[in-house]
Amino acid sequence: MIKAILIFNNHGKPRMSKFYEHYTEDTEQQIIRETFHLVSKRDENVCNFLEGGLLIGGSENKLIYRHYATLYFVFCVDSSESELGILDLIQVFVETLDKCFENVCELDLIFHLDKVHNILAEMVMGGMVLETNMSEIITQVEAQGKMEKSERLQDVFVEFSHQDLLDFYNQMEMIQTQLTR
Amino acid sequence: MALKIVKGSIDRMFDKNLQDLVRGIRNHKEDEAKYISTCIDEIKQELKQDNIAVKANAVCKLTYLQMLGYDVSWAAFNIVEVMSSSKFTYKRIGYLAASQCFHEGTDVIMLTTNQIRKDLSSPNQYDTGVALTGLSCFVTPDLARDLANDIMTLMSHTKPYIRKKAVLIMYKVFLKYPESLRPAFPRLKEKLEDPDPGVQSAAVNVICELARRNPKNYLSLAPLFFKLMTSSTNNWVLIKIIKLFGALTPLEPRLGKKLIEPLTNLIHSTSAMSLLYECVNTVIAVLISLSSGMPNHSASIQLCVQKLRILIEDSDQNLKYLGLLAMSKILKTHPKSVQSHKDLILQCLDDKDESIRLRALDLLYGMVSKKNLMEIVKKLMLHVDKAEGTTYRDELLTKIIDICSQSNYQYITNFEWYISILVELTRLEGTRHGHLIASQMLDVAIRVKAIRGFAVAQMATLLDNAHLLTGNTQRNGICEVLYAAAWICGEFSEHLEDPMQTLEAMLRPKVATLPGHIQAVYVQNAAKLFATVLQKHEGETDSQAAQETSQLLIDRLPLFVQSANLEVQERASCILQLVKYIQKLQQKNVEVAEEVTALFAGELNPVAPKAQKKVPIPEGLDLDAWINEPPSESESEDEKPKVVFAKEEPKHYRSRHTEVDEKELARRREVRKQEQANNPFYIKASPSSQKVYDAPGVEHIPVVQIDLSVPLKVPGMPMSDQYLKLEEERRQKEKAERKKKEKKKKREKRGKGRKADSGPESEEDITPAHQVDIVTEEMPENALPSDDDDKDPNDPHKALDIDLDNLLSGFSSRPLADSEKLPVRTHRPEVLKSPAEDRDSKSVPQETKKKSSKEKKEKKKDKEKDRKRSKEEKKKKKKHKEVEEELLESQPEEAVQSEETKEAAAPPTSTSAEASDLDFWLSSAPVPPAAAQEVTAPSSAAAVDTSSAAAPESEPDEPKDTEPEDTKSSKHKKKKQKKEKEEKEKKKKKRHHHHHHHGDAGGEDSVQNGTVEEEEPLPPMSNYSLLAENSYIKMVYDIQGNHQDESKVVVSVIFENKSDSFLKSMEFNVLDSLNSKLQRPEGAGPHDGLTVPFQLPPGVSNEARFVFSVQSIVMPQKLKGTLTFIVKSDESSTHEKLDFKLHFTCTSYLITTPCYSDAYAKLLESGDLKGSSLRLEGINMPFHHLLARICFHHHFSVVERIDSCASMYSRSIQGHHVCLLVKTSDQTVSIDAKCDEPSLLGNVLDEIKQTFSKC
Repeated sequence: MIKAILIFNNHGKPRMSKFYEHYTEDTEQQIIRETFHLVSKRDENVCNFLEGGLLIGGSENKLIYRHYATLYFVFCVDSSESELGILDLIQVFVETLDKCFENVCELDLIFHLDKVHNILAEMVMGGMVLETNMSEIITQVEAQGKMEKSERLQDVFVEFSHQDLLDFYNQMEMIQTQLTR
Repeated sequence: MALKIVKGSIDRMFDKNLQDLVRGIRNHKEDEAKYISTCIDEIKQELKQDNIAVKANAVCKLTYLQMLGYDVSWAAFNIVEVMSSSKFTYKRIGYLAASQCFHEGTDVIMLTTNQIRKDLSSPNQYDTGVALTGLSCFVTPDLARDLANDIMTLMSHTKPYIRKKAVLIMYKVFLKYPESLRPAFPRLKEKLEDPDPGVQSAAVNVICELARRNPKNYLSLAPLFFKLMTSSTNNWVLIKIIKLFGALTPLEPRLGKKLIEPLTNLIHSTSAMSLLYECVNTVIAVLISLSSGMPNHSASIQLCVQKLRILIEDSDQNLKYLGLLAMSKILKTHPKSVQSHKDLILQCLDDKDESIRLRALDLLYGMVSKKNLMEIVKKLMLHVDKAEGTTYRDELLTKIIDICSQSNYQYITNFEWYISILVELTRLEGTRHGHLIASQMLDVAIRVKAIRGFAVAQMATLLDNAHLLTGNTQRNGICEVLYAAAWICGEFSEHLEDPMQTLEAMLRPKVATLPGHIQAVYVQNAAKLFATVLQKHEGETDSQAAQETSQLLIDRLPLFVQSANLEVQERASCILQLVKYIQKLQQKNVEVAEEVTALFAGELNPVAPKAQKKVPIPEGLDLDAWINEPPSESESEDEKPKVVFAKEEPKHYRSRHTEVDEKELARRREVRKQEQANNPFYIKASPSSQKVYDAPGVEHIPVVQIDLSVPLKVPGMPMSDQYLKLEEERRQKEKAERKKKEKKKKREKRGKGRKADSGPESEEDITPAHQVDIVTEEMPENALPSDDDDKDPNDPHKALDIDLDNLLSGFSSRPLADSEKLPVRTHRPEVLKSPAEDRDSKSVPQETKKKSSKEKKEKKKDKEKDRKRSKEEKKKKKKHKEVEEELLESQPEEAVQSEETKEAAAPPTSTSAEASDLDFWLSSAPVPPAAAQEVTAPSSAAAVDTSSAAAPESEPDEPKDTEPEDTKSSKHKKKKQKKEKEEKEKKKKKRHHHHHHHGDAGGEDSVQNGTVEEEEPLPPMSNYSLLAENSYIKMVYDIQGNHQDESKVVVSVIFENKSDSFLKSMEFNVLDSLNSKLQRPEGAGPHDGLTVPFQLPPGVSNEARFVFSVQSIVMPQKLKGTLTFIVKSDESSTHEKLDFKLHFTCTSYLITTPCYSDAYAKLLESGDLKGSSLRLEGINMPFHHLLARICFHHHFSVVERIDSCASMYSRSIQGHHVCLLVKTSDQTVSIDAKCDEPSLLGNVLDEIKQTFSKC
């Protein structure tokens, strides 16, 4: 099981956090801080595995992370997950983000938190790996994106063909006639 | 009105969306909190609007704020509103927000049930998908119960996208609503073979996760997973399956055998490191589960170690880390193979990566030997000095102590060295582990008597230099060491050179700054020292010195009397008064020393940490019953006595016991001594242990050499290094001496001599510097042999320990009851029913249900209550079990079941089709198991017998009623959650049972530091004897009494195909006699044969069981029979026939039954038994082999064994008692036997005689 997936930058600012067990907001922040503390002090060329911090599950769990430019991607997993497998999964996640955002950078994640969550939801569900095939993930994400887009067009259409639009024009007309008087 | 709406629309254009919010936050770095609070106000306004788009936007922003740590639960209702939007865009936002902040405590969740159900059945697959994703994060027991059925339907959805999500979420549903597991499992199993790889992978994922927690319920899926493993190409799936196998193999070693080959192939072929690594891991698990030392497996170990070495040597730190991790698993069972890579591991200790260093440290633990311990610890000490960062240093410290103290200080040859190491470790600043060092000091000083003199000297120096340790901070953990130091100096003060000086050091004013519990020890031990000083000066004419001491105490103690700590205060004032009184007596020249020392007389024995827990509750004692009337409610809280004293470290209370009523103690001690003297199983501390130096070459290590007057030697060479040097010298010298001796010796023992000569010294050559006697820890005499002290009773996965096998087999004896079907709910009122009520209303005569609901209820109670009740619960369950057993016993057809299949997996009620399938699958392994069994089965007997022999031996007083019940329960495998203890016990038995097939030769428990006598391994034994053989087939058989039916025996026959052809349509028939009849299925004629339920491909063997009914068991008899079969080769098929004679010995009617010595004595006294005896000459085997043989071949158990004499017991299936008294003296064995049926006894004795005449 994956217990949590965290993304934060070199300064420990959270960019995305997904916990598959419930914690209070305060504990979540503590976990993020603790994880950042553990991960950030490690050199570049040391191994990517860490014994779990005190807060999240303790020694049963492992932290598996990768560091890309300004961002840390950290997966907290228990013993049923393969360490190297999760490392690959992180790679898939990042590549998928890269495809979906076209050259992903930290700013993309900051401004489109919901989208990052949606992509992740296609890979990991409730702490279990759902899909590891990148093209399949992208297909599903894009299909949902398309649906959203078509709804947005509909939206404009529906909203402006509505009664309130008519009222709006009537109102404007009334004001105009009052002004011209 | 209209204007308002328009205004809303226009306003929306100026609303902040998520991007604006983020931008805003980034622009307000200085007053972020303030900015966000205004944003939250805006969001609250937006949420009040009717427009769903505005709400969704607001909720989206809340999701972002939630990530930053803001509590957004106040908007839960709005989130539900957004979730129920008909538009996918908003719905998704709503579900995302819900998944981030909803949890079981969120009350609006119960409003969502219908909305989620609607979304699940939406025609749009993405609506369903989003709902499933969201639900996976916030599913509650209520939601799980109400939606389980809907989700189950989705598992067969047409779209694989939905299917895989539905399959995955089932795991969460099971966790929250365990009752759904049974009904949903068949479909889940189906999904393992789904055409879509994603769905397949999801199903594997879920089952692996389930099986990891309760592996035994999933053993029957092994063939299916095996198929998947050999066919799948998806590495993810492979990894999961291989990991799952790793969890299953410990339960079924035959599975491991089958796995080794494909896994080895994968190791050789795969290019994916992750897969390779997991394969290696599982192979290791397999090797651990199999017995060690089998020749064809040493190759696998070599392969693993070799691959791991490659990983460790890789430049990729990740591989290095994992390699070390896996290596540590091998270490546990095959230390030899790892030890050869010591160089590599020591190298890793210098790695710059802390994780890798920690892993290497773990490995070191298993690599130390007597020879290299000092060297390795020296290296670690260097690391301690270098280490920056307290965590790593603390880790090193604990590792050093772990390494040294492992298996009862097995590897320490020189305890003076160890004490110096501990003293050196006290120099570490800011360590958290002061108490650890302290407990080691105490342990060593108490248990290694020879070292006390040295330890006391060291501790005295420590006390003298206490200021160096404590510094000024009270919180410094290292000052705990002083606790130990003071106690050791006080307790063993007779070893002190200058007790006066130490006494002075202990009463310095500075001591008052130490923590209370340490001060208390100081005060108490000052009194002990005082007693010693008095005694020292007693004989002298000049009483000056003694009086000075009294004065010192009178001067200094008032400081402690004022202490804020109650304990300190009380002790100090008591002792102060005592000393004042003594001073008065001294002035009158009365001799007081003897009386004062009497206060502290008596030695303290170490008590095992678990001893207290293991004292069995005497019969008839109900700990939960009130002794007095329960107090009225009103006076409950305020008047509860506060736990003031419990704060002190409880483990040290034993040091206080001395002060309790001295007389009473003395009396008790006397009684205990008596008891121990009479108890042959008590290991007595040898009286010679007081002698300190008697090993050769020890003169090199007199204490004088080490300049103890120099305090602590902080600068310069650490003391322990001197020991290292000395040790080397000593060994050198010893070696030289040995060489000399060896030269003198003739070369007859050349092989051995050379070994010792060439290369490094072998382990045995290293003699300890001191002859030390490590006192074993005391345990209560009738302690229960359980190790199940730590297991979380609140583990949610316990509820999922549900038997699934009979569900899977076609004709299940326990099909789904109506009540187990998943609830389908359509109306609200039902939803509102409270879950507890609901469960009660569903209670049906299904014990699964009852139990799980019971557990649920149990869980609901708060923990304290829980603990109290657990006992009651246990009783209840026991009763329940008994009922179940009775039920079982009343079903004679059960008898068909072989013990083995039961043990393997199936519950007793199923006809075990599944299990025997599994058996068949497992037994058709490439290694012909008949042969394997021939070779390996034997030792099992050893394992079983030594255990059954050892149990009564070590715990002769074990309560009679518990054990038989346990054994009984192992016969009747229960299907449901059991008490953990029983489970453990069963596991043990199971393991023994498996040894039956693949046991290792002489699986004796590891022997601890000379506390148990070592016995030679037993030679292989087998009960299978040849039935008949021709060029096509070989049959071997064994007959066992049936436990459940007094007139039935089970004949197990192993058929082995020796030809190159296929054997099929085998039919087994026996010509019945009046006395013995083959059990045939109903409707079959008395002369019909039984079809053997399998076919045999070339070279394969398999086992079938046949049940016979027997009337009289007092005589052996033979039955004629025939096996007919068809031999099918490529060209032709022929009908063949093989005749055989089944020999029913009287032994085969005996069942191994444990018996306790007192029951045994009663039986013999009763006089109902008739005697007979037997003498065997020229028996040339160790006595325990002899016993093991009788146990194994003739189904006896050892009741008691004293030296070369043993009493044994067995019972026939019809309840005859058979008692043996076996004595041996030089090659002659005499067996006196008693039985209530003389002819049975005569025949059994004849058979025993035969057994021994064969060998």
